[in-house]
Amino acid sequence: MTAVEDRPKTEVGAARKRKEDQRLITGRTKWTDNIQLTGMQHLAMVRSPFAHARITGIDTAAAKKAPGVVAVLTGADIKDTQGAIANAWPITTDQKAPAHLPVAVDHVACAGEIVALVVARTAALARDAAELVEVDYDELPAVLDAKEAVEDAVLAHPDLGTNKSALWRLDSGEQGSGGDVDEEIAKARADGIVIEREYRQQRLIPAFMEPRSTVVDPTGEQITVWTSTQVPHILRFLIAATTGLPESKVRVIAPDVGGGFGGKLQTTAEEFATLAAARHVGKPVKYTETRSESLVSGHHGRDQYQTLTLAATKDGTVTALKVDLIANLGAYVGLVGGGVPVLGAWMFNAIYKFRAYRFTVQTVLTNTTWVDAYRGAGRPEATYAVERLMDELAVEVGVDPLEIREKNWIKHEEFPFTSVAGMTYDSGNYEAATARAKELFDYDGLRREQQERRASKDPVQLGIGVSTFTEMCGLAPSRVLGSLNYGAGGWEHASIRMLATGKVEVITGTSPHGQGHETAWSQIAADRLGVPFEDIEVLHGDTQISPRGLDTYGSRSLVVGGEAVVRAADKVVEKAKVVAAHLLEASIDDVEFSQGRFTVRGTDNGIGITEIATAQFTSHNLPDGVESGIDADATFDPDNFSFPHGTHLCAMEVDTETGQVTMRKYVSVDDVGQIINPLIVEGQVHGGVVQGIAQALWEEAVFDDQGTLVSGSFVDYTLPTAADTISLVTENTTSPSTTNTLGTKGVGEAGAIASTPAVVNALVDALRPLGINDLQMPCTPERVWKAIQSAGSNQAEATTGDAQPHFDAGAPNQDTPGDDAGASTDGAGQ
Amino acid sequence: MIPASFDYVAPTSVADALAALAEAGDDAKVLAGGQSLLPILRMRLNAPEKVIDLGRIEELKGVSEDGDHVVIGAMTTYADVLASDLVRQHAGLLTDAIAEVADPQIRHRGTVGGALVHADPAGDVGAPALALETEFVITGSGGERTVAAADFFQDLFETAVGEGELLTAIRVPKHTGWGHRYEKFVRVSHQWSIVAVAATVRVDGGTIAEARIGLTNMGSTPLRATAVEQALVGKAATDEAVREACAAAAEGTNPPSDLNGDSDYRRHLATVLARRAVLAAAGA
Repeated sequence: MTAVEDRPKTEVGAARKRKEDQRLITGRTKWTDNIQLTGMQHLAMVRSPFAHARITGIDTAAAKKAPGVVAVLTGADIKDTQGAIANAWPITTDQKAPAHLPVAVDHVACAGEIVALVVARTAALARDAAELVEVDYDELPAVLDAKEAVEDAVLAHPDLGTNKSALWRLDSGEQGSGGDVDEEIAKARADGIVIEREYRQQRLIPAFMEPRSTVVDPTGEQITVWTSTQVPHILRFLIAATTGLPESKVRVIAPDVGGGFGGKLQTTAEEFATLAAARHVGKPVKYTETRSESLVSGHHGRDQYQTLTLAATKDGTVTALKVDLIANLGAYVGLVGGGVPVLGAWMFNAIYKFRAYRFTVQTVLTNTTWVDAYRGAGRPEATYAVERLMDELAVEVGVDPLEIREKNWIKHEEFPFTSVAGMTYDSGNYEAATARAKELFDYDGLRREQQERRASKDPVQLGIGVSTFTEMCGLAPSRVLGSLNYGAGGWEHASIRMLATGKVEVITGTSPHGQGHETAWSQIAADRLGVPFEDIEVLHGDTQISPRGLDTYGSRSLVVGGEAVVRAADKVVEKAKVVAAHLLEASIDDVEFSQGRFTVRGTDNGIGITEIATAQFTSHNLPDGVESGIDADATFDPDNFSFPHGTHLCAMEVDTETGQVTMRKYVSVDDVGQIINPLIVEGQVHGGVVQGIAQALWEEAVFDDQGTLVSGSFVDYTLPTAADTISLVTENTTSPSTTNTLGTKGVGEAGAIASTPAVVNALVDALRPLGINDLQMPCTPERVWKAIQSAGSNQAEATTGDAQPHFDAGAPNQDTPGDDAGASTDGAGQ
Repeated sequence: MIPASFDYVAPTSVADALAALAEAGDDAKVLAGGQSLLPILRMRLNAPEKVIDLGRIEELKGVSEDGDHVVIGAMTTYADVLASDLVRQHAGLLTDAIAEVADPQIRHRGTVGGALVHADPAGDVGAPALALETEFVITGSGGERTVAAADFFQDLFETAVGEGELLTAIRVPKHTGWGHRYEKFVRVSHQWSIVAVAATVRVDGGTIAEARIGLTNMGSTPLRATAVEQALVGKAATDEAVREACAAAAEGTNPPSDLNGDSDYRRHLATVLARRAVLAAAGA
């Protein structure tokens, strides 16, 4: 094939290199921290070292006298202007949520909370002076763990009288989408299979590449806020709503933003504090956090205890799933807050046809960093639980884990399918994705090798993990969000400006922070308008350039925002067609549009859409009564969520002598509907899969007994690098979505949702012959090795006489470091 | 991440550096490659009055040969040691270990001398330096003195380098023809060693004639596993014999407990890694 033949007829589907990458990769761009303004001052934060304390006094005198200091402010100094950090989704009408002030006034509820602000001429002088602020604290007892919090023995916020924030429930029997859970479980106890487990979703830290940074310029008629956020539109609304500033006087700009993963889906204390400081001193102020500050004060993710009961018939047909969660919200209820576990409520039933389902979540407040959305937000937790349980069921029934899934999953001819949780999945083909994944993986070959290693008692055992996931994303139908008491809509907006010189501006309300919207949106608009990819500029992230938008999170940008671009482009074509008919002196009914040209049917007569753009610019010859201009706006509000799915297969090697785990092979076949740009999809899947693997193997936010974040730097919060991963095999199957004209589904979170259970299932599969049926995440070598010791090794040479007995069923978090000092550790038997 | 302010000098000779050090007294910190010191300063865990940067002292850089020794200047970067044929040929254990240090960026900045004086027990050059019976050349106002490896590491972050002194070079006795292996155990590749074992052995006709074993992160300093070394002498380089000898690898150690593993787990790892390192070093 020649290069010319390789060129696709359409931009959609082409593996275009990302047009934004040159400036992003070389750094020749505007990150918030690069912004320099005349007269700009710098802000340093004084933060609480205590997890829970009353502030009894703050002495700012020494700091105020320090060189270069312009102002030192406490929460009390700015209490009327600082605004508040909002929760947009009270999941129940009686949800308890403590007031969340950007700068604490008299009470701090987690370590890292801001207690004073120092504004100085340089960042260094501000930092120096911050060391001089003396804060007196009365330390209070802190509650850190979610299970402890439920007891209400120690209160995170004494004034609330309880740590319990909200209790939220979905029951298939009550809502009529399925049967009675208790009845089905009782039946299975009598004559079937009941699997009961508790899984721990450890706490994670989003750890985006660009630390958060905010610059506020209060000079001039409007206040301008540049900030590294995913949600400039939401921030503008909430600044207005909580500070009393008129919304029309606030402009928020998200310049190029270096990653977020949900960690920048927040209106932060730091943003509000910088705003308050800038207004106070009347000059531009910049604040850029350090990585240490980012890890402790940016919101965290996950942190759930999951108590699960799965009921099935003896042949492995699942009849019921009961889910009881305790979700740790940390010190405050964040923007999405308790909505994060609730987003998982419709996903524990996953791709399966369960008869009955009940989901209950108790959200609790603790004296830890607040917890909110992190890549997948609720759905990774759900997927982990159900995919781990399906493996356990396969073992009970004595069949291959893929077989048990096939027995229970929705067949491709059954779509659209309404799930037991009440969601209608529009399309999918689990059989096709699984068949392709098995083929790419050499599933049968690896199973054979696994048997050989087991037979030869190889010290390095092999395990195979399966994850057949789906997720709901693409937030979302505004009406559905309204019915859930969510504080905003789920629509998205686009505008297209046809410039006189033939160039095109596509303005989107989505706010990319690494996803590649500029490239993908250009591809969509290029096809729709018939103009070259290179002639399209995508503008975003500035509430004055893009006044309408609901930003980027929940894999919504393409399926909602991309569709808005389609509709705006179609309106441009409709408007241009009127002008074209006039200029071509033809009846509008005879004018056709194709490949950027209007032609008169049956003639050679034609005119390009960019020529129409020029004609409307001069407006010398427009039809009578036609308004000048062919620009158009469109807002799209979908009827349904988006349901991508896929089959992920993972092979892990476990060194039973050390507990070291090594990935051998990873295959994913994702169905994300029609693909706009395969290169971007591949990048999203790779990044997501590795982030999910990292939850399984490496990452955990750990607090000590006092509530100090122990994993407070990248020395202890072990993020992986490319050197820790293997080459992933990623492919796609395509079941077009029926809820948008592009046929696309979300892909931003899919990898992170799918991969975690695939990895842990593989590790458990490797060790199951030793009597192990669970491992706590992250599955560190120490935990794996101790699980092996506890289970009692059955290797030929093992002589660990003092090995611990196998942990009790229902006690999966068995391997707390240090609790089995009695296990043999002299290694003589190894 | 902004350090407290400090005075900065960058002398171009050892004599000038020593003079600067004498003048500043104990409020000075010596900057080598900066891979440990700069984070400490930026996190304000230390706030020296003066930082003396050795980066412009050419006489402290480079690898050379001196009779039975390979001499490595204290300011030679990891990357330069890694690329040195002299080191690879005569002290391959050091090459093995340095290849495992952090990541390429750090190896191009960090120096061997800086790491040894910083004396983090989880660092990767201490144990091989100890195993290779390296001599440490320390220079002060009174001239040079040489300290044996066994006396160099004194405690956590403490070495024989005194106030007003600089480590200027290390002299590594040639172990030409010895087999070598550094077995580093980590969860992610750029991490400090959870435990590592440095082994170099001389094999004579299938029998281990001599063995030197260093342990990383098994106590407050790098350690020698002398019991294992002695047990290996005269043993066949077989799995069974080496396994038995290495069972004593954790004897006399006092490893830390942290998020990566408790001390019992580290003791266990030391025995497994010692066996693997010795077997690989012996070519078995």
